[in-house]
Amino acid sequence: MKLHTINLNINDQVRTVTVRTGDTLLYTIREKLGLTGAKPGCLNGDCGACTINVDGWPMKSCLMMAVEGQGKQIKTIEGLGNTLIQQAFVEHFAFQCGYCTPGFIMNCHSLILKKPDADDSTIKEWLESNICRCTSYIEIETAVKSALEKNKHHSN
Amino acid sequence: MNMEVIGKSVIRKEAQEKVTGRALYTHDYHSTRKLSGRVVLSPYAHARITSIDTSNARKVTGVRAILTGENIALTGESMRDRPPLATDKVRYHGEAVVLVVADTPAQGDLAASLINIQYELLPVVHTPTQAFQNNAPLVHERLGEYKKEKDVYPVPGTNIAHHVKIRKGNVEKGLAESSVTVEAEYSFSPSDHAAMETRSSIAEIRPDGTIKIMTSSQAPFMVKQLIASYFNEDLGKIVVDTPLVGGAYGGKAAVQLELLAYLGSKAVGGLPVEIFNEREQDIIMSPCHIGLDAKVKIGADPNGIIKAMKIQFLWDGGAYSDKLIDLTRAGAVDCTGPYKVENVWCDSYGMYTNHTYATPFRGFSHSELSFAIERTVDLLAKKLQIDPLELRYRNAIKPGHTTPTRVLLNQSNVGNLQECIEKLRKLIRWEEGQVKEINERLVRVKGISCSWKTSTIDPNAPSGVILTFNRDGSINLMSGVVEIGTGTKTVLAQILAEKMKMNVEKIHVRMKVDTQTTPEHWKTVASRGIYMAGRALLEAADDVIAQLKNIASIVLRAPTEDLEVANSRVFIKDNPRIGVDFKEICYGYQYPNGNSIGGQIIGRGNFILRHLTYLDPETGEGNPGPEWTVAAYGVEVEFDRRDLTYRLIRAASVIDIGIVLNEKAALGQVMGAMSMGLSFAGRETFYYDELGQVLNPQLRTYRPLRYGENPEYLVDFVYTPDLQAAYGARGVGEHGLLGMPGALGNALSLAANVSLHHLPLTPELIWKTKAGKV
Ligand code: FES
Ligand code: FES
Repeated sequence: MKLHTINLNINDQVRTVTVRTGDTLLYTIREKLGLTGAKPGCLNGDCGACTINVDGWPMKSCLMMAVEGQGKQIKTIEGLGNTLIQQAFVEHFAFQCGYCTPGFIMNCHSLILKKPDADDSTIKEWLESNICRCTSYIEIETAVKSALEKNKHHSN
Repeated sequence: MNMEVIGKSVIRKEAQEKVTGRALYTHDYHSTRKLSGRVVLSPYAHARITSIDTSNARKVTGVRAILTGENIALTGESMRDRPPLATDKVRYHGEAVVLVVADTPAQGDLAASLINIQYELLPVVHTPTQAFQNNAPLVHERLGEYKKEKDVYPVPGTNIAHHVKIRKGNVEKGLAESSVTVEAEYSFSPSDHAAMETRSSIAEIRPDGTIKIMTSSQAPFMVKQLIASYFNEDLGKIVVDTPLVGGAYGGKAAVQLELLAYLGSKAVGGLPVEIFNEREQDIIMSPCHIGLDAKVKIGADPNGIIKAMKIQFLWDGGAYSDKLIDLTRAGAVDCTGPYKVENVWCDSYGMYTNHTYATPFRGFSHSELSFAIERTVDLLAKKLQIDPLELRYRNAIKPGHTTPTRVLLNQSNVGNLQECIEKLRKLIRWEEGQVKEINERLVRVKGISCSWKTSTIDPNAPSGVILTFNRDGSINLMSGVVEIGTGTKTVLAQILAEKMKMNVEKIHVRMKVDTQTTPEHWKTVASRGIYMAGRALLEAADDVIAQLKNIASIVLRAPTEDLEVANSRVFIKDNPRIGVDFKEICYGYQYPNGNSIGGQIIGRGNFILRHLTYLDPETGEGNPGPEWTVAAYGVEVEFDRRDLTYRLIRAASVIDIGIVLNEKAALGQVMGAMSMGLSFAGRETFYYDELGQVLNPQLRTYRPLRYGENPEYLVDFVYTPDLQAAYGARGVGEHGLLGMPGALGNALSLAANVSLHHLPLTPELIWKTKAGKV
């Protein structure tokens, strides 16, 4: 299969990597770039564990080819600082095993960025793309709402 | 007791790792040396393998080895009936047939796709009831020849892998004396744990023969033991590492991928080989959540006092017996549910079928049996026109009663079920009525259930803890409990902090388990982590305290009896200003002139459960587990009478927890378990076709509860300490789940005015039941 050497802008750094045409972005960031925060929960878009941000929007990295990532601003959980949403997840016990957590956090992070005034139904619409098997989702709901709330205060 | 650290919502020790993506799970460990093992799965549920042609696959670049099943030892935890790679015939859809080891996953996949296997179809055993018939096709023709543990009772010539009998009192007499009897049958198919982290294992054999395995497992010590015994390896040369585990729920208690990784590594001269399950493989190849066909008969007097229960469980163990033996027994020992029953007859059969083989699911047979029992108890209430909550209250198990295996209960080894029921009554506002009309379409209905559970673990299961110091006086805590998400390691730190009266931040827990340097903890299952490791830890803490006091007594020139330990210091009780910091004595004390005394302080503790026994093969009499946690549950649904759909409004659990060790963690455990229970009850199952193929092996078709589909959760506790446990804490990791299927089934049966006997409780099932189509 054909190989391509491409530049990816990930977490504000340019990384050069050689990929097969068929390599997904998830496979590439995990196996070639060592960014294992995004998780391979299903590899076909069902679980959201692989969610990263592409140009600020949440994206399931198992559904995107590495070559498609060229020219885009990619952010993975490793590229987040100490954001409100991460703090909220810790404070509200919004994870147990933690395997779904990077995906949820990246999804919530975009949500806060793109829909700072999200209401319940918008939150649901965004977050139902991810599965958490450990928590009851109530903890995640509390965390995302508290982060949205704090974000409003910050930006005002 | 006034507690400083226990009960507080101490943040998990691994929290920062987990929210930054830096937490590492097995498949996150990278190495360029690592080869990829890909598995060819059987497309059929029951078929003879007539030929396997690997010639084209061998030509693929990067392929290092291709393995088939001949000449590999049979495996199985209680009975050796399972070839790690199928030989002669396949017994379930998804069974591993060929293992390809290649440099990359892509090369392995390409090679795997070129392997040509010819099958000849055999008749499929679809259900345990069918398996139980006299003329059923046999899943194992040579059942009598398998090597097995002594308390396994297969019946050669049938599909019965194991049979547990409970004979208590005189059931026929009890039924004859009953003025009312109810009888019903239930069934549901196997389903899946669907942990978000699919299973993976990496094995490597070092030049000196050391076998190194890293695996996402709840039972690293079992992996070590089984590999040694299956393949005749030197036990001490096997080292198993388990980093963080991304959800397990019982599903990672079985040993499977480890064996394939080991065999793969052996075939390529010991190079590291990883077997990583992609989701479909995880669902169909790796062991699943057990199914059940049950028959329950209950006899009672006019006041609803239960006189007798006659029960038959046919567990759908799937193709191999691995953990089925234990599951069959666990279901039998608590078969009646948490009720006082003098006359019990139970036959619990572990059945072979042509399904994926089963492994424990959070609750270990109890959520499954509870559905059958609790639905029947509601049928009894209905027949007698007695309030179902009242009926449960009257029959609730109490100290002084005996269990089906005739264990006499006391104030410590069983919780207070009546108090749970009372609290539930208030929590779900039972007084307001079970049914509330909203309009001509919608109705809100509550259903309830109760549960109990003991943990049927090996009578000699060990747990150990080692404590070491850092020179700043902080402590390292090492326990073999695996952090599977339940927060156990953090709770252990809290217990130690409480005991030593020190800051929990000064306690460092080792997250990873490594079987060479971490003291053994049997398996991280059965809500037994804290129960056993907690006791081992207290013993280790006592050991450390004694050593600290010994040396401090010399330094302070005071008898040890006058000393106390708190705030990382040893001091004189009646004059706390005279004391010495841990950091001055934990590596020995040095006098000004250089003379030193004492030395490094290392604490050790262990625990083994007391007085457990095997069960009598004829009557079931015996002591299967240490204590019974009890609980009461309610579920409220809003049911649409027009299209038979429903919405979950509220779910409640009241559990006798003994004591809360970490409040938010405990609530998280209970609510998470309830969520999983409702998902199992309402939507999760495997759908099979006539060839026994699983039709929904993906998370879009096998669809657990998602964000926003959850109800509101209500949780309350009762506090009856278990005197054998650390600070009285009872196991709680599973209990939120156990009553959900029963409570939801009871709510929907009342709402739809039908009697529901199957899972999952979907609108389609309700419609079919109404139409008489099931
Ligand atoms: S791994 Fe991408 S959605 Fe599941
Ligand atoms: S925390 Fe385990 S799956 Fe969400």
